[in-house]
Amino acid sequence: MKRSTISRALQYAALAIYSAGILSSCSSQTTQAEIAEKNADVAPKELPVIEAELTDAPNVPAPITRKHAAKVVVKLEVTEVVKKMADGVDYTFWTFGGSVPGKFIRIRQNDEVEFHLMNHPDSKNPHNIDLHAVTGPGGGAASTFTAPGQETVFNFKALNPGLYVYHCATAPVGMHIANGMYGLILVEPEEGLPKVDKEFYVMQGDFYTKGDFGTPGLQPFDMQKALDENPSYVVFNGSVGALTGDNALTAKVGDNVRMFVGNGGPNLISSFHVIGEIFDKVYAEGGTTVNEHIQTTLVPAGGAAITEFKADVPGTYVLVDHSIFRAFNKGALGMLKVEGNEDKNIYSGQLVQKIYQPEGSTVQEMPQSKAPAAAFASNKEMRLELGKTLYAQNCQACHQAEGQGIKGAFPPLAKSDYLNADVNRAIGVVAHGLEGQIKVNGELYNSTMPKLKLTDEEIANVMTYVMNNWSNKGGEVTPDQVKKAKTTYKH
Amino acid sequence: MLYRLIVVILLMGISFKVQAQKSLPKDMVLVKGGTFVPLYGGDSTAVKVNSFALDVYPVTNAQYLKFVKENPKWRKSEVKKLFADQNYLRKWNSDLSFGSEADKIQNSPVVSVSWFSAKAYCECQGKRLATVEEWEYAALASETKANAANDEKFYQRSIEWYSQPNPTYLPPVQQSFKNYYGLHGMIGLVWEWTQNFNSSMVVGESRADVTIDRQLFCGSGSDGAKDVKNYVAFMRYAFRSSLKANYTVSNLGFRCAQSI
Repeated sequence: MKRSTISRALQYAALAIYSAGILSSCSSQTTQAEIAEKNADVAPKELPVIEAELTDAPNVPAPITRKHAAKVVVKLEVTEVVKKMADGVDYTFWTFGGSVPGKFIRIRQNDEVEFHLMNHPDSKNPHNIDLHAVTGPGGGAASTFTAPGQETVFNFKALNPGLYVYHCATAPVGMHIANGMYGLILVEPEEGLPKVDKEFYVMQGDFYTKGDFGTPGLQPFDMQKALDENPSYVVFNGSVGALTGDNALTAKVGDNVRMFVGNGGPNLISSFHVIGEIFDKVYAEGGTTVNEHIQTTLVPAGGAAITEFKADVPGTYVLVDHSIFRAFNKGALGMLKVEGNEDKNIYSGQLVQKIYQPEGSTVQEMPQSKAPAAAFASNKEMRLELGKTLYAQNCQACHQAEGQGIKGAFPPLAKSDYLNADVNRAIGVVAHGLEGQIKVNGELYNSTMPKLKLTDEEIANVMTYVMNNWSNKGGEVTPDQVKKAKTTYKH
Repeated sequence: MLYRLIVVILLMGISFKVQAQKSLPKDMVLVKGGTFVPLYGGDSTAVKVNSFALDVYPVTNAQYLKFVKENPKWRKSEVKKLFADQNYLRKWNSDLSFGSEADKIQNSPVVSVSWFSAKAYCECQGKRLATVEEWEYAALASETKANAANDEKFYQRSIEWYSQPNPTYLPPVQQSFKNYYGLHGMIGLVWEWTQNFNSSMVVGESRADVTIDRQLFCGSGSDGAKDVKNYVAFMRYAFRSSLKANYTVSNLGFRCAQSI
């Protein structure tokens, strides 16, 4: 006890010297230990101590079931890491916990949080944390300014429930946030949140790279683009494709789905929308006001929202920032795949599809002053790459993403006997269209494939892509082959 | 008469030059004085920097090893925790050895040293640490210009370096970028200790010192800044402000200066 009193006196003396402007390097280690000890004395003894479970997006820690406040210890490590921004594109992300967005923190209203911020010794920069859930100067930033290889600790009491953003606030703040230093902290109300079947963590951010969207390589931060608020990337969960394909979120029909949606910015406001769903409930801006039947909700930079809906029918639901060029050209796109039985009363699927010909049967072309230069493939790799895009633009709507087609309406291209039997015939179909009955993999199809306005080069690319995917027989289709096949197979 | 005057002027010029060169220790260069506006000035007036000498290279592991051999109290096992935290010389495997990686790092900058140890090193050489103003002034230079503050390419290159994590092995000091004054690695190698490293908190006139933590976090950090677009300087000031004098950081080294 006596020793502690003496060292506390020393600590005050050190503080006094420090604030007087005389450089003091003394006892930084013991100072921190003493502060922790001091706080332990102040905190009510009965509060149980719990170490917080932290999760990486899109996962969310389990809902809190305890009915009392606790002292929650949160340990968050800052690291600077090179990770994928998009296919072939890397970026140096500054992270809370190793990825973007930072770890999800879940606590309960009136919990007392002992917050540890560790800055990895290999970090190049000092960092701190401003949690919007904190009541106090800087949201903790002033207390957590941490040099590489150091650790800082501060305590706060979670007075207000809600979903809050946290972020780094070290100068230059814009750059720290632009490099991915943000995440979400949920303060559950004392009564808890209503039970749901699935919870997800989705956080949007805008990124500013020297190269434009898709330019390969390790891309540096572009200051001018950041100042102009003109991002190269707008993404969910830190990279293009973080929530699509194999990374898509999943749920079952009948599930109540809750998304904790945050927006780190640094610049853009998100118009968060899930294509094909209506939010039954939105906790607007992450607070307690519940708005019902919402199509699109605004998520401010440095803000959040909780959205809930019931997945009524199966299918793929696309998460977008409905400032739609961001979704389709800058990466702000995610997917929720819902599996289960269909309910034709709620959604029938397509009932009728036929050619609509209001003004004669010719395909119309808009006059164009000058055609843009088409991409030109010099080898098979490039053909596959360009073909993939062409497929998505021209074929996928009917023949589907995996070439599986739709039974009874659009014949499959995957493992298709009709296609593999005669590639040149298939080229003719693409070039001239096809009408009438054909048999593919034992199924009869009697519909119309329109003539596609593609160049020989483009047909070669898309055919090469089709032939080299979905267990088809492979090979390369060249523009010369297309030219010949077009004349051989003229309908 | 005129002829004589010219001769006198020439002689004076030569003698000054000879004197300047003579007084410069080996491996130091002259940074000719001038004025500049630092990111955090007390007010809007430019700061004057007198001519001074600065080490061409940051201090290397090999040089620092020689220092601890001669000064046992700065060895890993001997150093007082008050003067250097427990990560002091973290990558050295013992008091007088760098371990198996010796070849890779002996000419690399010494890092994980405290302000106290850096200061002691310089004093043993009859030198001192550069002030923040001196250091910032010398770091304004690109390869070709003494002040490249408005050179976009130079700026972009600098900000790219500051954005990258540390390499596993720091390169030898000789390989780093050489600026207008002949200084190597002012940008692109390691952060460097300065004499008054955290003075942006407490130096300047009292008006600016009322809220001493204003540079430390968030929006208030840009309050006192002269050029809010100069993120490179922001990062250096932010880095320095996060330090205490016994801290050691794995990308923080130093070089020495001398008054002229």
